[in-house]
Amino acid sequence: MSEKVLMKGNEAMAESAIRAGCRFFFGYPITPQTELAAYMSKQMPKCGGTYLQAESEIAAINMVYGASAAGARVMTSSSSPGISLKGEGISYMAGCDLPGVIVNVQRGGPGLGGIQPSQSDYWQATRATGHGDFQIMVYAPSTVQEMADYAYLAFDKADEYRIPVMILADGMLGQMMEPVLMPEPKTELPEKPWATTGHHNKRKHNIVDSLYLTPDALEGLNRERFERYETIKANEQRAELFMCDDAEIVLVAFGASARIARSAVVAAREKGIKAGLIRPITLWPFPTNAFESVMDTARDFLVVEMNMGQMVDDVRLVSEGRVPVEFFGRTGGIIPTPAEVLKRIEAAHEKVGE
Amino acid sequence: MSAEEKVVFERPHALLPVITNYCPGCPHGIVHRLVAETIDELGIEGETVGVAPVGCAVTSVDFFGCDMIEAAHGRAPAVATAVKRVHPQNVVFAYQGDGDLASIGMAETVHAATRGENITIIFINNAIYGMTGGQMAPTSLPHQITQTSPYGRDTETAGYPIRVSELLSSLDGVAYLERVTVDSPKNVRKAKKAIKRAFQNQIDGVGYSLIEVVSTCPTNWGLSPQDSFDWMRENMLPYYPLGVYKDVVADGYANAAEAAAARNADCPVAHPEKAGA
Amino acid sequence: MGRNLSLILAGFGGQGVLFAGKIIATAGLIEDREVSWLPSYGPEMRGGTANCSVTLADDPIGSPLITAPNALIVMNQPSMDKFESAVVPGGVAVVDSTLVQHIPDLANVSVCAVPATELAEENNMKGLANVILVGKLFAETHFCEEETLFAAMEKCVPARKRHLLDANIAALKLGMQA
Repeated sequence: MSEKVLMKGNEAMAESAIRAGCRFFFGYPITPQTELAAYMSKQMPKCGGTYLQAESEIAAINMVYGASAAGARVMTSSSSPGISLKGEGISYMAGCDLPGVIVNVQRGGPGLGGIQPSQSDYWQATRATGHGDFQIMVYAPSTVQEMADYAYLAFDKADEYRIPVMILADGMLGQMMEPVLMPEPKTELPEKPWATTGHHNKRKHNIVDSLYLTPDALEGLNRERFERYETIKANEQRAELFMCDDAEIVLVAFGASARIARSAVVAAREKGIKAGLIRPITLWPFPTNAFESVMDTARDFLVVEMNMGQMVDDVRLVSEGRVPVEFFGRTGGIIPTPAEVLKRIEAAHEKVGE
Repeated sequence: MSAEEKVVFERPHALLPVITNYCPGCPHGIVHRLVAETIDELGIEGETVGVAPVGCAVTSVDFFGCDMIEAAHGRAPAVATAVKRVHPQNVVFAYQGDGDLASIGMAETVHAATRGENITIIFINNAIYGMTGGQMAPTSLPHQITQTSPYGRDTETAGYPIRVSELLSSLDGVAYLERVTVDSPKNVRKAKKAIKRAFQNQIDGVGYSLIEVVSTCPTNWGLSPQDSFDWMRENMLPYYPLGVYKDVVADGYANAAEAAAARNADCPVAHPEKAGA
Repeated sequence: MGRNLSLILAGFGGQGVLFAGKIIATAGLIEDREVSWLPSYGPEMRGGTANCSVTLADDPIGSPLITAPNALIVMNQPSMDKFESAVVPGGVAVVDSTLVQHIPDLANVSVCAVPATELAEENNMKGLANVILVGKLFAETHFCEEETLFAAMEKCVPARKRHLLDANIAALKLGMQA
């Protein structure tokens, strides 16, 4: 029976990955995720695992590709600029149906941007991590405990659906310490009969490949993959609903900004405003079901993000004009304050009247 | 088969009975065969995992009988690194062309080599991008005409070709480098010997081995196969001389690590075991 | 100021403000309260100013980034200048007066000037001014039970530095009496 410990979010994800059976980590230093790699470099040798500092983010993700093809549970981590470099490899993993866990501890962008917390890679994570028709699963934890829990779960989901899974965190969550209860170490991992482990003269050779030069074959495969995505959409949506039962002003926020939004909701309730919060935990699949459950009472959606407005697109898509959608964001590494979010709630409350 | 019939030549088991997509006269077929013969002779097909490049050999995942992985362009050494780390008992090789290995994948090439990954690389240098239709490669010769150097490679603007074996020979992580060609039965036999050494080194834990095969591209060079070999002998071999560029075993070491330790013997921090001695 | 602590600790990198914050966060952990510890990070860590936000609360913590602290521990002048106006009325500011020359009068804030660096040197506790200030903050606010604070210190000093534990405990006690 383990007990709660104080841990940085970055370290919690690393420890939890090891407990999920991850024994291969390939990374490259970048702020603000470096503690994760440092933790792996310290712990992997102690548990018979491999920590390898790659020559680049590109090499790191391609090592993830190789280790995954060979059947291992494998992880890489980076921060925004480094994730752009990994885009190529993630696309190839998707094209080969390879599982793997990618952590993005986001910082402000574009370009080198800044090193302070940001959520400006939402589009990248949910729309276009790389080229081609594909999705990856994206978990957005908002506490250190969730960082541990979802890093752990990510490996299972990656294997179950043979899909790359991203943990989309940010500099604040990665750097902060909170009490966390670590999951129990896994002892049994799933069989991977498709892996390139050497056929040992017992089966036909396995091939891991994303090249299909015949258009019909490629289209067929893409359609098959998207059927799997439909299953994921049906089964894997996750969201937390906070004070939503009678909520008229429904905030929508994920990760770090959801913590601020939650404080603002509490403050608004104290002022008699019926505010609530939908906190998407899976960003892809987007938790559309959670929105349907508030459509009867909601009179305004207020989306709070640490970017110029990205997830707000998905809220508009799910609202389909039924409920107006407002946006409040801070960017460049600035964390919004509960007070400024509360002001927006009050303004929305005034607008919808009563 | 009657009693008088005797098999003197057959398809290696590790080369599948499929039709390849290589052009007539392309040496890829010869080199594939040498790799497959090696796998057969060492009895390692079941333990071998091959990593294919992007380029003409992209479809070789369908030709080799061992488990195969298709890597992104230039990333085969990174992929092979990870496969070998996951299954150290497996024999892992990457098969790459010049654009893949020495241009887009140069970082992966150099770093896998300097890490001393215990893997085998087969490098086909034919001084051109074949798959995409004959563009200038990092190994294209000065004044060589290609689709993207239509006036000949201008060293003023396009710089000079990379001699990969010479370049990698300076790295401590490397165990064995040899440049061969396959233009004649004698050279094919030499190439086979080198390729087999490169696989045997991995099995013996000697370390990173790369065989550079100076090759041709009759289609994109616009020459017949035999004229291509003439052009290659006349122009490429003076630029890319055949021979052994590094061989730690011939130098008297058991493996790359021993050779590296001897080379940096005067660096105290590199030798904690000597502290206090 | 109730049981909720919203603390900013600030100083130069290397003075141990992050460690001091960790002691307090660990006390919250031991008492099974809601806890967050958030450091500043980036180039300023390399010799520049460093700070961290520590929250101990009974309800789930929203933003771990504290902008209106009810407690402040300050170990250099730039941090004093930066955070002096942020402290809420009724709050506490514990200041290392060896290092901070200009300590302002703050309306409705209890300012405790402790010559922590000097005390540490006099008592053979070099490098433990940060811990002395934690002791003082405890004496002023009782942000946890006293035995919890000592237990937290035991958790925070790594086993291999066991010989430092006594000095750290002594520094805490010295701060409590300062």
